[in-house]
Amino acid sequence: MRPACASRFLHRDAADARKAWRDRAGLASIPGSMATSPDHDPIPLLEARGLAFARNDEPVFGPLDFRLFAGEVVLIEGDNGAGKTTLLKVLSGLLEPGAGEIVLNGEPLTLARLSHQVALLGHLTGLKGDLTALENLRFATGLGGMRPGITPSLALGSVGLEGYEDVPVRQLSAGQRKRVALARLLLVPAALWLLDEPYANLDRGGIDLVNRLLDDHARRGGAALVTSHGAYAFTSGTPRRLPLRSAA
Amino acid sequence: MKPGTLGAACLAVIRRDLTLSWRRRGDALNPVLFALVVVTLFPFALGPEPNQLARIAAGIVFVAILIAGVLALDSMFRSDCDDGALEQLVLSPHPLPLLLACKILVHWTTTALPLIVAAPLLAEMLHLQHAVLPVLLAALALATPLLSLLGAVCVALTVGMRRSGMLLALLVLPLYVPVLIFAAGACDAAQAGLPYLAPLLWLGAALVLALVLAPLACAAALRISIT
Repeated sequence: MRPACASRFLHRDAADARKAWRDRAGLASIPGSMATSPDHDPIPLLEARGLAFARNDEPVFGPLDFRLFAGEVVLIEGDNGAGKTTLLKVLSGLLEPGAGEIVLNGEPLTLARLSHQVALLGHLTGLKGDLTALENLRFATGLGGMRPGITPSLALGSVGLEGYEDVPVRQLSAGQRKRVALARLLLVPAALWLLDEPYANLDRGGIDLVNRLLDDHARRGGAALVTSHGAYAFTSGTPRRLPLRSAA
Repeated sequence: MKPGTLGAACLAVIRRDLTLSWRRRGDALNPVLFALVVVTLFPFALGPEPNQLARIAAGIVFVAILIAGVLALDSMFRSDCDDGALEQLVLSPHPLPLLLACKILVHWTTTALPLIVAAPLLAEMLHLQHAVLPVLLAALALATPLLSLLGAVCVALTVGMRRSGMLLALLVLPLYVPVLIFAAGACDAAQAGLPYLAPLLWLGAALVLALVLAPLACAAALRISIT
Protein backbone atom coordinates (compact mmCIF):
# COMPACT_ATOMS: atom_id res chain seq x y z
CA MET A 1 0.00 0.00 0.00
CA ARG A 2 1.47 3.35 -1.02
CA PRO A 3 -0.71 6.26 0.04
CA ALA A 4 -1.00 9.04 -2.46
CA CYS A 5 0.25 11.53 0.10
CA ALA A 6 3.75 10.08 0.12
CA SER A 7 6.15 13.00 -0.07
CA ARG A 8 8.78 12.66 -2.69
CA PHE A 9 11.77 14.87 -3.13
CA LEU A 10 13.77 14.00 -6.15
CA HIS A 11 17.41 14.81 -6.31
CA ARG A 12 16.85 17.67 -8.72
CA ASP A 13 14.36 19.34 -6.36
CA ALA A 14 16.79 19.01 -3.54
CA ALA A 15 19.61 20.55 -5.55
CA ASP A 16 17.38 23.45 -6.59
CA ALA A 17 16.27 24.08 -3.05
CA ARG A 18 19.83 23.87 -1.83
CA LYS A 19 20.86 26.42 -4.40
CA ALA A 20 17.97 28.68 -3.43
CA TRP A 21 18.92 28.38 0.23
CA ARG A 22 22.51 29.18 -0.49
CA ASP A 23 21.63 32.11 -2.73
CA ARG A 24 19.42 33.51 -0.06
CA ALA A 25 22.04 33.14 2.62
CA GLY A 26 24.68 34.57 0.32
CA LEU A 27 26.73 31.40 0.38
CA ALA A 28 28.03 31.32 -3.17
CA SER A 29 31.13 29.57 -1.98
CA ILE A 30 31.78 27.98 1.36
CA PRO A 31 35.37 26.87 1.74
CA GLY A 32 35.81 23.51 3.31
CA SER A 33 32.18 22.57 3.36
CA MET A 34 30.43 19.87 1.41
CA ALA A 35 28.00 22.43 0.03
CA THR A 36 30.60 23.91 -2.30
CA SER A 37 30.35 21.21 -4.93
CA PRO A 38 26.68 20.57 -5.59
CA ASP A 39 27.15 19.10 -9.05
CA HIS A 40 29.54 16.27 -8.22
CA ASP A 41 28.64 15.75 -4.61
CA PRO A 42 25.76 13.35 -4.67
CA ILE A 43 26.18 12.08 -1.09
CA PRO A 44 23.43 13.67 0.99
CA LEU A 45 23.94 14.21 4.70
CA LEU A 46 20.71 12.39 5.33
CA GLU A 47 18.65 10.26 3.02
CA ALA A 48 15.40 8.46 3.72
CA ARG A 49 14.29 5.71 1.38
CA GLY A 50 10.74 4.48 1.68
CA LEU A 51 10.78 5.41 5.35
CA ALA A 52 7.61 4.45 7.22
CA PHE A 53 6.67 3.94 10.84
CA ALA A 54 3.73 2.10 12.35
CA ARG A 55 2.71 1.90 15.99
CA ASN A 56 0.78 -1.28 16.86
CA ASP A 57 0.14 -1.86 13.14
CA GLU A 58 -1.37 1.64 12.82
CA PRO A 59 0.62 3.58 10.25
CA VAL A 60 1.95 6.85 11.67
CA PHE A 61 3.64 8.30 8.60
CA GLY A 62 5.23 7.38 5.35
CA PRO A 63 6.44 5.97 3.16
CA LEU A 64 8.71 8.99 2.79
CA ASP A 65 11.58 9.57 0.40
CA PHE A 66 13.72 12.63 0.82
CA ARG A 67 17.29 13.84 0.84
CA LEU A 68 18.87 16.46 3.00
CA PHE A 69 22.14 18.01 1.93
CA ALA A 70 24.73 19.87 3.91
CA GLY A 71 23.81 23.55 4.16
CA GLU A 72 20.10 22.91 4.04
CA VAL A 73 17.31 23.64 6.50
CA VAL A 74 14.06 21.84 5.86
CA LEU A 75 10.82 22.63 7.60
CA ILE A 76 8.61 19.64 8.33
CA GLU A 77 5.04 20.79 8.29
CA GLY A 78 2.04 18.88 9.49
CA ASP A 79 -1.03 19.01 11.68
CA ASN A 80 -1.09 17.76 15.23
CA GLY A 81 -0.70 14.01 15.20
CA ALA A 82 0.77 13.92 11.71
CA GLY A 83 3.84 12.15 13.07
CA LYS A 84 6.38 14.98 13.09
CA THR A 85 7.88 14.10 16.46
CA THR A 86 7.86 10.40 15.58
CA LEU A 87 9.66 11.15 12.31
CA LEU A 88 12.41 13.02 14.16
CA LYS A 89 12.75 10.19 16.68
CA VAL A 90 13.05 7.68 13.86
CA LEU A 91 15.62 9.84 12.06
CA SER A 92 17.69 10.23 15.23
CA GLY A 93 17.72 6.47 15.68
CA LEU A 94 15.67 6.44 18.89
CA LEU A 95 12.88 4.53 17.18
CA GLU A 96 13.35 1.77 14.68
CA PRO A 97 11.60 2.49 11.36
CA GLY A 98 8.88 0.04 10.39
CA ALA A 99 10.00 0.03 6.77
CA GLY A 100 12.61 1.68 4.61
CA GLU A 101 16.05 2.84 5.59
CA ILE A 102 17.91 5.92 6.76
CA VAL A 103 21.29 6.66 5.28
CA LEU A 104 23.48 9.11 7.13
CA ASN A 105 26.52 10.37 5.22
CA GLY A 106 26.40 7.29 3.05
CA GLU A 107 26.17 4.82 5.94
CA PRO A 108 22.95 3.14 7.02
CA LEU A 109 21.74 4.26 10.45
CA THR A 110 20.66 1.51 12.78
CA LEU A 111 19.48 1.56 16.35
CA ALA A 112 22.54 -0.38 17.42
CA ARG A 113 24.95 2.05 15.78
CA LEU A 114 23.75 5.51 16.65
CA SER A 115 25.70 8.25 15.06
CA HIS A 116 27.27 11.13 16.88
CA GLN A 117 26.36 13.33 13.95
CA VAL A 118 22.80 13.86 15.13
CA ALA A 119 21.62 16.31 17.79
CA LEU A 120 17.98 16.06 18.82
CA LEU A 121 16.08 18.83 20.58
CA GLY A 122 12.75 17.41 21.64
CA HIS A 123 9.81 18.50 23.76
CA LEU A 124 11.81 17.24 26.73
CA THR A 125 15.02 19.20 26.82
CA GLY A 126 16.99 16.75 28.97
CA LEU A 127 18.14 19.54 31.28
CA LYS A 128 18.45 18.89 35.01
CA GLY A 129 16.52 21.33 37.16
CA ASP A 130 18.89 20.92 40.11
CA LEU A 131 21.96 21.80 38.05
CA THR A 132 22.88 25.28 36.88
CA ALA A 133 22.75 26.21 33.21
CA LEU A 134 26.53 25.98 32.97
CA GLU A 135 26.68 22.58 34.71
CA ASN A 136 24.06 21.24 32.31
CA LEU A 137 26.07 22.43 29.32
CA ARG A 138 29.33 21.04 30.74
CA PHE A 139 27.64 17.66 31.07
CA ALA A 140 26.43 17.85 27.47
CA THR A 141 29.93 18.55 26.19
CA GLY A 142 31.38 15.77 28.32
CA LEU A 143 28.88 13.36 26.87
CA GLY A 144 28.84 14.49 23.25
CA GLY A 145 32.12 16.33 22.78
CA MET A 146 32.63 20.00 22.02
CA ARG A 147 32.86 21.92 18.79
CA PRO A 148 36.23 23.66 18.54
CA GLY A 149 36.27 27.39 19.22
CA ILE A 150 33.35 27.53 21.62
CA THR A 151 32.90 27.10 25.36
CA PRO A 152 29.78 26.58 27.48
CA SER A 153 29.88 30.18 28.73
CA LEU A 154 30.27 31.54 25.20
CA ALA A 155 27.33 29.43 24.06
CA LEU A 156 25.18 30.74 26.92
CA GLY A 157 26.12 34.28 25.94
CA SER A 158 25.17 33.70 22.33
CA VAL A 159 21.66 32.57 23.27
CA GLY A 160 21.15 35.68 25.36
CA LEU A 161 21.59 34.08 28.78
CA GLU A 162 24.67 35.92 29.93
CA GLY A 163 24.56 36.28 33.70
CA TYR A 164 22.45 33.15 34.15
CA GLU A 165 25.45 30.78 34.31
CA ASP A 166 24.99 29.86 37.96
CA VAL A 167 21.21 29.89 38.15
CA PRO A 168 19.65 26.44 38.64
CA VAL A 169 17.67 25.55 35.55
CA ARG A 170 14.51 24.96 37.61
CA GLN A 171 14.43 28.70 38.36
CA LEU A 172 14.50 29.62 34.66
CA SER A 173 11.35 30.21 32.64
CA ALA A 174 10.26 27.76 29.96
CA GLY A 175 11.62 30.03 27.24
CA GLN A 176 14.96 30.44 29.01
CA ARG A 177 15.22 26.65 29.40
CA LYS A 178 14.64 26.35 25.68
CA ARG A 179 17.50 28.78 25.14
CA VAL A 180 19.79 26.64 27.33
CA ALA A 181 18.82 23.65 25.20
CA LEU A 182 19.67 25.67 22.07
CA ALA A 183 23.06 26.51 23.60
CA ARG A 184 23.64 22.75 23.90
CA LEU A 185 23.09 22.41 20.14
CA LEU A 186 25.74 25.07 19.56
CA LEU A 187 28.25 23.15 21.66
CA VAL A 188 28.00 19.58 20.46
CA PRO A 189 29.74 18.74 17.18
CA ALA A 190 26.70 17.35 15.37
CA ALA A 191 26.24 18.07 11.69
CA LEU A 192 22.54 17.28 11.65
CA TRP A 193 20.11 19.06 13.93
CA LEU A 194 16.67 17.60 14.50
CA LEU A 195 14.58 20.30 16.14
CA ASP A 196 11.11 19.47 17.39
CA GLU A 197 9.02 22.66 17.68
CA PRO A 198 12.02 24.86 18.50
CA TYR A 199 9.80 27.95 18.39
CA ALA A 200 7.52 26.84 21.21
CA ASN A 201 7.72 28.97 24.38
CA LEU A 202 9.99 31.53 22.72
CA ASP A 203 9.39 35.26 22.43
CA ARG A 204 10.00 37.21 19.22
CA GLY A 205 13.67 37.60 20.06
CA GLY A 206 13.89 33.88 20.68
CA ILE A 207 12.31 33.07 17.34
CA ASP A 208 14.83 35.33 15.61
CA LEU A 209 17.54 33.59 17.61
CA VAL A 210 16.49 30.15 16.36
CA ASN A 211 16.45 31.41 12.78
CA ARG A 212 19.91 32.95 13.23
CA LEU A 213 21.30 29.74 14.76
CA LEU A 214 19.87 27.73 11.86
CA ASP A 215 21.39 30.14 9.35
CA ASP A 216 24.80 29.91 11.01
CA HIS A 217 24.56 26.15 11.22
CA ALA A 218 23.72 25.84 7.53
CA ARG A 219 26.59 28.18 6.68
CA ARG A 220 29.00 25.94 8.59
CA GLY A 221 27.95 23.06 6.38
CA GLY A 222 25.44 21.56 8.77
CA ALA A 223 21.85 20.69 8.06
CA ALA A 224 18.65 20.80 10.06
CA LEU A 225 15.18 19.34 10.04
CA VAL A 226 12.73 21.55 11.90
CA THR A 227 9.15 20.68 12.77
CA SER A 228 6.45 23.24 13.10
CA HIS A 229 2.69 22.94 13.22
CA GLY A 230 2.53 26.10 11.20
CA ALA A 231 1.93 28.64 13.95
CA TYR A 232 5.38 30.09 13.42
CA ALA A 233 7.06 30.27 10.09
CA PHE A 234 10.55 31.38 9.26
CA THR A 235 10.66 35.12 9.35
CA SER A 236 13.50 35.26 6.87
CA GLY A 237 13.54 33.55 3.50
CA THR A 238 11.67 30.44 2.46
CA PRO A 239 13.28 27.15 3.40
CA ARG A 240 12.35 23.92 1.70
CA ARG A 241 9.23 22.40 3.14
CA LEU A 242 8.43 18.75 3.71
CA PRO A 243 4.69 18.30 4.13
CA LEU A 244 3.78 15.43 6.40
CA ARG A 245 0.32 14.04 6.56
CA SER A 246 -0.94 11.22 8.67
CA ALA A 247 -0.66 7.94 6.83
CA ALA A 248 -3.78 6.59 8.49
CA MET B 1 34.38 18.41 14.83
CA LYS B 2 35.28 15.42 16.90
CA PRO B 3 33.30 13.72 19.59
CA GLY B 4 34.56 13.59 23.16
CA THR B 5 36.33 10.56 24.50
CA LEU B 6 34.62 7.69 26.25
CA GLY B 7 36.48 8.47 29.46
CA ALA B 8 35.23 12.06 29.42
CA ALA B 9 31.67 10.85 28.87
CA CYS B 10 31.81 8.37 31.76
CA LEU B 11 33.35 11.03 33.98
CA ALA B 12 30.64 13.50 32.97
CA VAL B 13 27.90 11.01 33.88
CA ILE B 14 29.51 10.21 37.23
CA ARG B 15 30.13 13.85 38.08
CA ARG B 16 26.61 14.92 37.12
CA ASP B 17 24.88 12.16 39.10
CA LEU B 18 27.08 12.77 42.14
CA THR B 19 26.35 16.51 41.96
CA LEU B 20 22.63 15.81 41.65
CA SER B 21 22.58 13.53 44.67
CA TRP B 22 24.69 16.04 46.62
CA ARG B 23 22.11 18.74 45.84
CA ARG B 24 19.50 16.36 47.31
CA ARG B 25 21.70 14.89 50.00
CA GLY B 26 18.78 14.58 52.41
CA ASP B 27 17.38 11.83 50.19
CA ALA B 28 20.48 9.70 50.74
CA LEU B 29 19.52 9.33 54.40
CA ASN B 30 16.08 7.89 53.65
CA PRO B 31 17.12 4.27 52.95
CA VAL B 32 19.24 4.27 56.13
CA LEU B 33 16.36 5.61 58.24
CA PHE B 34 14.03 3.06 56.65
CA ALA B 35 16.36 0.15 57.48
CA LEU B 36 16.77 1.52 60.99
CA VAL B 37 13.00 1.64 61.55
CA VAL B 38 12.50 -1.87 60.13
CA VAL B 39 15.21 -3.31 62.37
CA THR B 40 13.65 -1.54 65.36
CA LEU B 41 10.32 -3.23 64.65
CA PHE B 42 11.68 -6.77 65.21
CA PRO B 43 12.44 -6.50 68.95
CA PHE B 44 8.93 -5.07 69.38
CA ALA B 45 7.40 -8.02 67.56
CA LEU B 46 9.64 -10.82 68.84
CA GLY B 47 10.53 -9.58 72.30
CA PRO B 48 13.84 -8.13 73.46
CA GLU B 49 15.44 -11.50 74.32
CA PRO B 50 19.14 -11.00 73.26
CA ASN B 51 19.86 -14.67 72.45
CA GLN B 52 16.79 -15.03 70.28
CA LEU B 53 17.57 -11.79 68.41
CA ALA B 54 21.25 -12.62 67.98
CA ARG B 55 20.33 -15.91 66.28
CA ILE B 56 18.36 -14.16 63.51
CA ALA B 57 20.17 -10.80 63.55
CA ALA B 58 22.15 -11.26 60.33
CA GLY B 59 19.05 -12.33 58.41
CA ILE B 60 17.06 -9.34 59.65
CA VAL B 61 19.82 -6.90 58.72
CA PHE B 62 20.05 -8.41 55.22
CA VAL B 63 16.31 -8.30 54.60
CA ALA B 64 16.02 -4.73 55.95
CA ILE B 65 18.86 -3.53 53.71
CA LEU B 66 17.51 -5.44 50.74
CA ILE B 67 14.03 -3.92 51.02
CA ALA B 68 15.47 -0.45 51.60
CA GLY B 69 17.45 -1.02 48.40
CA VAL B 70 14.30 -2.01 46.48
CA LEU B 71 12.55 1.18 47.58
CA ALA B 72 15.54 3.26 46.44
CA LEU B 73 15.78 1.47 43.08
CA ASP B 74 13.02 3.39 41.34
CA SER B 75 14.99 6.63 41.51
CA MET B 76 17.77 5.17 39.36
CA PHE B 77 16.40 6.25 35.97
CA ARG B 78 13.11 7.93 36.95
CA SER B 79 14.11 11.60 36.76
CA ASP B 80 16.25 11.00 33.67
CA CYS B 81 13.27 9.43 31.96
CA ASP B 82 10.92 12.26 32.96
CA ASP B 83 13.11 15.14 31.78
CA GLY B 84 14.46 13.59 28.59
CA ALA B 85 18.04 13.13 29.81
CA LEU B 86 17.75 9.42 29.08
CA GLU B 87 17.13 10.12 25.39
CA GLN B 88 20.26 12.25 25.28
CA LEU B 89 22.18 9.42 26.94
CA VAL B 90 20.91 6.92 24.36
CA LEU B 91 21.74 9.34 21.53
CA SER B 92 25.28 9.91 22.73
CA PRO B 93 28.02 8.44 20.54
CA HIS B 94 29.36 6.28 23.37
CA PRO B 95 28.37 2.71 24.30
CA LEU B 96 25.19 2.93 26.34
CA PRO B 97 26.03 -0.07 28.61
CA LEU B 98 29.16 1.67 29.87
CA LEU B 99 27.35 4.94 30.57
CA LEU B 100 24.64 3.00 32.41
CA ALA B 101 27.29 1.13 34.40
CA CYS B 102 28.52 4.54 35.58
CA LYS B 103 24.99 5.52 36.58
CA ILE B 104 24.55 2.23 38.47
CA LEU B 105 27.87 2.79 40.22
CA VAL B 106 26.81 6.24 41.41
CA HIS B 107 23.41 4.95 42.47
CA TRP B 108 25.09 2.19 44.51
CA THR B 109 27.45 4.73 46.08
CA THR B 110 24.65 7.04 47.11
CA THR B 111 22.06 4.48 48.28
CA ALA B 112 23.79 1.21 49.22
CA LEU B 113 27.04 2.52 50.65
CA PRO B 114 25.30 4.50 53.43
CA LEU B 115 23.43 1.29 54.29
CA ILE B 116 26.70 -0.66 54.60
CA VAL B 117 28.07 2.10 56.82
CA ALA B 118 24.98 1.85 59.00
CA ALA B 119 25.08 -1.98 59.10
CA PRO B 120 27.28 -2.26 62.25
CA LEU B 121 24.74 -0.12 64.13
CA LEU B 122 21.86 -2.30 62.91
CA ALA B 123 23.78 -5.45 63.89
CA GLU B 124 24.54 -4.06 67.33
CA MET B 125 20.88 -3.25 67.90
CA LEU B 126 20.09 -6.95 67.36
CA HIS B 127 22.99 -8.27 69.49
CA LEU B 128 24.84 -9.88 66.59
CA GLN B 129 28.04 -11.63 67.74
CA HIS B 130 30.96 -9.31 67.14
CA ALA B 131 32.96 -12.07 65.46
CA VAL B 132 30.30 -12.31 62.71
CA LEU B 133 30.31 -8.58 61.91
CA PRO B 134 33.27 -8.68 59.45
CA VAL B 135 31.59 -11.53 57.54
CA LEU B 136 28.34 -9.57 57.47
CA LEU B 137 30.11 -6.51 56.07
CA ALA B 138 32.01 -8.56 53.50
CA ALA B 139 28.78 -10.24 52.39
CA LEU B 140 27.07 -6.84 52.14
CA ALA B 141 29.97 -5.37 50.15
CA LEU B 142 29.60 -8.20 47.62
CA ALA B 143 25.81 -8.51 47.69
CA THR B 144 24.68 -4.87 47.43
CA PRO B 145 26.42 -4.14 44.08
CA LEU B 146 24.91 -7.36 42.80
CA LEU B 147 21.47 -6.20 43.96
CA SER B 148 21.99 -2.81 42.29
CA LEU B 149 22.99 -4.43 38.99
CA LEU B 150 20.09 -6.91 38.97
CA GLY B 151 17.74 -4.17 40.07
CA ALA B 152 18.91 -1.82 37.32
CA VAL B 153 17.76 -4.28 34.65
CA CYS B 154 14.29 -4.44 36.20
CA VAL B 155 14.14 -0.65 36.63
CA ALA B 156 15.08 -0.24 32.98
CA LEU B 157 12.19 -2.52 32.03
CA THR B 158 9.61 -0.64 34.11
CA VAL B 159 10.83 2.96 33.75
CA GLY B 160 8.39 3.70 30.95
CA MET B 161 5.40 3.02 33.21
CA ARG B 162 3.76 5.63 35.39
CA ARG B 163 3.31 3.79 38.68
CA SER B 164 5.81 1.00 38.61
CA GLY B 165 6.67 0.72 42.32
CA MET B 166 4.85 -2.48 43.22
CA LEU B 167 5.51 -4.14 39.86
CA LEU B 168 9.20 -3.37 40.23
CA ALA B 169 9.27 -5.02 43.66
CA LEU B 170 7.48 -8.09 42.30
CA LEU B 171 9.95 -8.33 39.43
CA VAL B 172 13.08 -7.79 41.43
CA LEU B 173 12.51 -9.67 44.70
CA PRO B 174 12.56 -13.19 43.18
CA LEU B 175 15.88 -12.30 41.56
CA TYR B 176 17.22 -11.24 44.95
CA VAL B 177 16.48 -14.60 46.61
CA PRO B 178 19.72 -16.37 45.57
CA VAL B 179 21.78 -13.36 46.66
CA LEU B 180 20.03 -13.38 50.03
CA ILE B 181 20.61 -17.13 50.46
CA PHE B 182 24.35 -16.91 49.87
CA ALA B 183 24.84 -13.73 51.93
CA ALA B 184 22.83 -14.99 54.90
CA GLY B 185 24.43 -18.42 54.48
CA ALA B 186 27.89 -16.97 54.95
CA CYS B 187 26.82 -15.28 58.19
CA ASP B 188 25.09 -18.44 59.42
CA ALA B 189 28.25 -20.45 58.81
CA ALA B 190 30.38 -17.86 60.61
CA GLN B 191 27.97 -17.86 63.54
CA ALA B 192 28.18 -21.68 63.77
CA GLY B 193 31.97 -21.56 63.55
CA LEU B 194 31.99 -23.25 60.13
CA PRO B 195 33.99 -22.16 57.05
CA TYR B 196 32.17 -19.25 55.44
CA LEU B 197 34.42 -18.51 52.47
CA ALA B 198 32.53 -20.58 49.88
CA PRO B 199 29.26 -18.59 49.90
CA LEU B 200 31.25 -15.34 49.79
CA LEU B 201 33.18 -16.60 46.77
CA TRP B 202 29.91 -17.56 45.09
CA LEU B 203 28.67 -14.00 45.67
CA GLY B 204 31.90 -12.67 44.19
CA ALA B 205 31.54 -14.86 41.13
CA ALA B 206 27.94 -13.78 40.63
CA LEU B 207 28.98 -10.14 41.02
CA VAL B 208 31.61 -10.48 38.30
CA LEU B 209 29.07 -12.10 36.01
CA ALA B 210 26.49 -9.39 36.69
CA LEU B 211 29.11 -6.67 36.25
CA VAL B 212 29.61 -7.85 32.67
CA LEU B 213 26.08 -8.84 31.69
CA ALA B 214 23.74 -6.52 33.64
CA PRO B 215 24.75 -3.24 31.91
CA LEU B 216 24.22 -4.89 28.52
CA ALA B 217 20.78 -6.17 29.55
CA CYS B 218 20.01 -2.80 31.11
CA ALA B 219 20.83 -0.96 27.89
CA ALA B 220 18.67 -3.32 25.83
CA ALA B 221 15.77 -2.97 28.29
CA LEU B 222 16.03 0.84 28.31
CA ARG B 223 15.94 0.98 24.52
CA ILE B 224 12.69 -1.00 24.66
CA SER B 225 11.25 1.17 27.44
CA ILE B 226 11.82 4.57 25.88
CA THR B 227 10.22 3.68 22.56
